[in-house]
Amino acid sequence: MGVTTESSLQAIERALAHLADPEIPVVSLSELGILREVRAGGDGVPEVVITPTYSGCPAMGQIEDDIVATLREAGLPGRVVTQLSPAWTTDWMSEVAKDKLRAYGIAPPQCGSAAATGNSVLQFSRHATRPVDVPCPLCGSRNTTQTAPFGSTACKALYRCLHCLEPFDYFKPY
Amino acid sequence: MKAPVDYLLHLADNALVLGQRNAEWCGHGPILEEDLALANNSLDLIGQARLLYQHAAEQINGDGALAQRFAHLQGARQEGRITEDTLAYFRDTAEFRNHTVMELPHHGPLVGYAVSERDYAVTIARNFLVSALMVLVWDRLQTSKDAQLAGIAAKSLKEVRYHLPHASDWLVRFGDGTEESHRRAQAAVDHLLPFCEAFWQPGPAERAAAQDGSGVDITTLREPWNALVDETLSEATLTRHDQPHEGYVAQGHVGVHSEHLGFLLAEMQSLARAHPTAVW
Repeated sequence: MGVTTESSLQAIERALAHLADPEIPVVSLSELGILREVRAGGDGVPEVVITPTYSGCPAMGQIEDDIVATLREAGLPGRVVTQLSPAWTTDWMSEVAKDKLRAYGIAPPQCGSAAATGNSVLQFSRHATRPVDVPCPLCGSRNTTQTAPFGSTACKALYRCLHCLEPFDYFKPY
Repeated sequence: MKAPVDYLLHLADNALVLGQRNAEWCGHGPILEEDLALANNSLDLIGQARLLYQHAAEQINGDGALAQRFAHLQGARQEGRITEDTLAYFRDTAEFRNHTVMELPHHGPLVGYAVSERDYAVTIARNFLVSALMVLVWDRLQTSKDAQLAGIAAKSLKEVRYHLPHASDWLVRFGDGTEESHRRAQAAVDHLLPFCEAFWQPGPAERAAAQDGSGVDITTLREPWNALVDETLSEATLTRHDQPHEGYVAQGHVGVHSEHLGFLLAEMQSLARAHPTAVW
């Protein structure tokens, strides 16, 4: 342990590059924007900075364990640091990640987060969080409807395609 | 700078107690989708409470006088330190600083012969009234002088952004629904609105936080809250009977709670207190 070098940080980044989200195993933590940074800590120990999605996301503990286990397996030093600000947003999700979500059967977020679209707090009151239309990830039809605003995990809503009649998950803008 | 610990506990207790209440619907929701919605809602609230308790615990551990004040939570402390769990599971009723409205059961006031039964109209009306307050509070706290609290606020705002439309949609559905659903929604609103009066009578911690710029001057949110509430109530064809309010104002946020909080805490805390050193 001790001195962090550029190459040791890169080694950590490489080791963690393919670490998947525990609940959506087709996307990596860095593609989702959960894995923010690998940096040298104040005491020289490398730090892996992660940010929670939803405040109560039960996967955060698992994500931390997965990172620690991956580093240990690779024989790399480092600790996990959780950082809240700036708050995680679906705006950070890469296009690659959105394609992977779609291929997995989850519709990616359609519009930007409130901050990105400039929605004021008062617009939250009424039907502001409902996107105009969410294309079905299975058949591509835009003729879909929301079944329920809360789904199988904190980050998803339940939708149904009125064309192919299949139900699907929608990753909500956050 | 840091927000006063008692202010953080007020915000955390609000979130935890309402989260615990809403979690009572888990497995008992009127329909599957609502069961999921309430569980999601609780998960967000308990997550917010955790972040706030962690922030409070850090300050308590780093300050001799504060540590002394919480020293009676002995035995509950892991390695001699106060943690989020100590604050959630080992404080007693009078130490909680949540608003009374958070701890009320999911039914209206009882009379001698009445049996208590969960009424979803009460659940929805409360979530609506509280979420309408919290969108405004979290929005303001994004610019708190306490950077950590500002970070928590920015996250929480994103979450309450989904809670408020959920509750207002259902309130409209109930209010503008059948005769029976309208009657129950109106009764729920009549029951809960007087408890909301406490929002506008800040306790010492809230006043201190507003003064030093880490908190929000809650009295300035009364008008925007009224506007949010009135808009949805009128769409729901419900009537406000609470103004002008005269009479007792609930005092939960300064530690004087209803009889209901003790039962809620007993259920929530019993496992941690029976096995204070357990980890899993």
